[in-house]
Amino acid sequence: MQKEAAIREPLILGHKTYHDITEDVCRPIEDKAPKTWYVLFGIALVIGLYGVGCILYLLGTGVGVWGLNKTIGWAWDITNFVWWVGIGHAGTLISAVLLLFRQKWRMAINRSAEAMTIFAVFMAGLFPLIHMGRLWLAYWVLPLPNQFGSLWVNFNSPLLWDVFAISTYLSVSLVFWYIGLIPDFATIRDRAKKPLAKKMYSIMAFGWSGRAKHWNRFELVSLVLAGLATPLVFSVHSIVSFDFATSVIPGWHTTIFPPYFVAGAVFSGFAMVQTLLLIMRKAMGLEAYIHTKHVEYMNIVIMVTGSIVGTAYITELFISWYSGVEYEAYAFINRATGPYWWAYWSMMTCNVISPQLMWIRKLRRSLLFTFFISIVVNIGMWFERYVIIVTSLHRDYLPSSWSMHYPSHIDIGVYVGTIGLFFVFFLLFARFFPVLALNEVKTILKGSGQSYKESPDYHNDHH
Amino acid sequence: MSDKVIYVMYDDDHVLKDSAKKLVSNGVKINEVFSPFPIHGIDPIIGIKNTRLGIMAFLYGLTGLTLATIGMRYFMIVDWPMNIGGKPSFSYLENILAFIPISFEFTVLCAAHGMAITYFLRNKTLPGMPAQNPDPRTTDDKFVMEIRMSENHNISEEQLDNLLSDTGYFELDKKEVK
Repeated sequence: MQKEAAIREPLILGHKTYHDITEDVCRPIEDKAPKTWYVLFGIALVIGLYGVGCILYLLGTGVGVWGLNKTIGWAWDITNFVWWVGIGHAGTLISAVLLLFRQKWRMAINRSAEAMTIFAVFMAGLFPLIHMGRLWLAYWVLPLPNQFGSLWVNFNSPLLWDVFAISTYLSVSLVFWYIGLIPDFATIRDRAKKPLAKKMYSIMAFGWSGRAKHWNRFELVSLVLAGLATPLVFSVHSIVSFDFATSVIPGWHTTIFPPYFVAGAVFSGFAMVQTLLLIMRKAMGLEAYIHTKHVEYMNIVIMVTGSIVGTAYITELFISWYSGVEYEAYAFINRATGPYWWAYWSMMTCNVISPQLMWIRKLRRSLLFTFFISIVVNIGMWFERYVIIVTSLHRDYLPSSWSMHYPSHIDIGVYVGTIGLFFVFFLLFARFFPVLALNEVKTILKGSGQSYKESPDYHNDHH
Repeated sequence: MSDKVIYVMYDDDHVLKDSAKKLVSNGVKINEVFSPFPIHGIDPIIGIKNTRLGIMAFLYGLTGLTLATIGMRYFMIVDWPMNIGGKPSFSYLENILAFIPISFEFTVLCAAHGMAITYFLRNKTLPGMPAQNPDPRTTDDKFVMEIRMSENHNISEEQLDNLLSDTGYFELDKKEVK
């Protein structure tokens, strides 16, 4: 058993036993759903269906129903794509990178953060697909032998790299998440009383045994998947940034894009985790497992990555002047003072100033303040992508091509619809899946549980 | 031939580990341990070797890297060398920088999925398989040790009962199996 310093705050509050952990996590699944769940699910479903309607209209009519034009060929869609992919970075970061660093606080949040990741990447993947216009030809991005002669996809293109990166990321995250879920499904299976629930959970539990050999394999598979997923997380958003950085558009071809995008992704991903978990812990009564200390740790990550993002913004500004390239300098002056100044300054306020408030211990341990900042950061990160994409494009080299982007109601509908669908998935997850990694939390109970840490034998007992 | 299986249930992982140590030092072979979470340090006691799935993951990754290299070389250099901005496409090595991202992604894809599939097959855990644990409580808060008499000829049942009696077990169950 691993011992911790006595001054380190316990990760599990109260006097819990192994059985209590099972009870606390399984109860919300086994009980009837509260009325608020149905209300929230209904709202999310209506918004999601409206989004599906907008997508169907778009597919039937054409991409022209969006507000983009010849000059601004990428607008809300790609902004939303990058925003969702960014949000989808926290889950695998929490479970993979923090696993490699042996951070035990990840165990309370990794399951729901990974679920969030997967649903966010679903939403992200939707945008490039519908932007293709003819969704049914989406398989053309794959290198398949075809009837057009020996014509292959272009492996030199960052857009194709993106196809491989996003699909690898989605499928590997899904496998990582599911392998962790299997032992917990087995717990629910073995407790289930209703025949239908028993049947469903035993299918999903794959017949899990809990044998020592299986746990041995389980731990190695988790470790190797974490090792594989760690560079994968960094590669995915680096490749997303290549979509911009390898072009020759002023404001886009910036060599600091990969690290800057990755930091931004982690920043927004953790913000979304905070938004969801602060509500979930309350609604599902998980305050003993996800408490102020966890929130504080996440706020520190937000503060660090937010500072990296802020530094990157200022570096970009400096380099645009220092490079002596007029086009580059204009692109940045135009961002701050041109017609989209409000988007630029919203981004600066939300992303540069707000994370700095987390230096104050009292604020980063305040749940209400954290919730507020998490929303601010999510808004700020959406504006960041909007600023990068739209303001860089709207002033073309030829002044006759200068243009503005005004979102159509379909733009807005598709975007809001993906938020609805995201919550539909997340609410279903919270209703039917164990939202806490049961088997992992049990392993830290004796090392980091409050009642164990406070017991007199904690520091002289030698197991 | 019929066999007698003894399931000894504990309600604490450390008690089970101490008891396993005691039994093994008395020459008892423990066939299996079932637990709701990994008990660290139990594997060497009951003689479980470390899994070789990590080596498999490496081999699957290597396969992925090879496939990606062969594929991209064929598509981009041999079959249809595209002239992009006048840049040469005569050899794979000259263009390798552009192929790094996909080589990496495909390596990870094959390593992760290859390992996951092998893991499921080796564990014999697949969708819809029946539960393999002897007691439903072993996925909650109980820990079970399985001892087979057929693997312990040098010790009688009474001797085993005596050994077990002061290990602080929670429940003891004996079953005849064929």
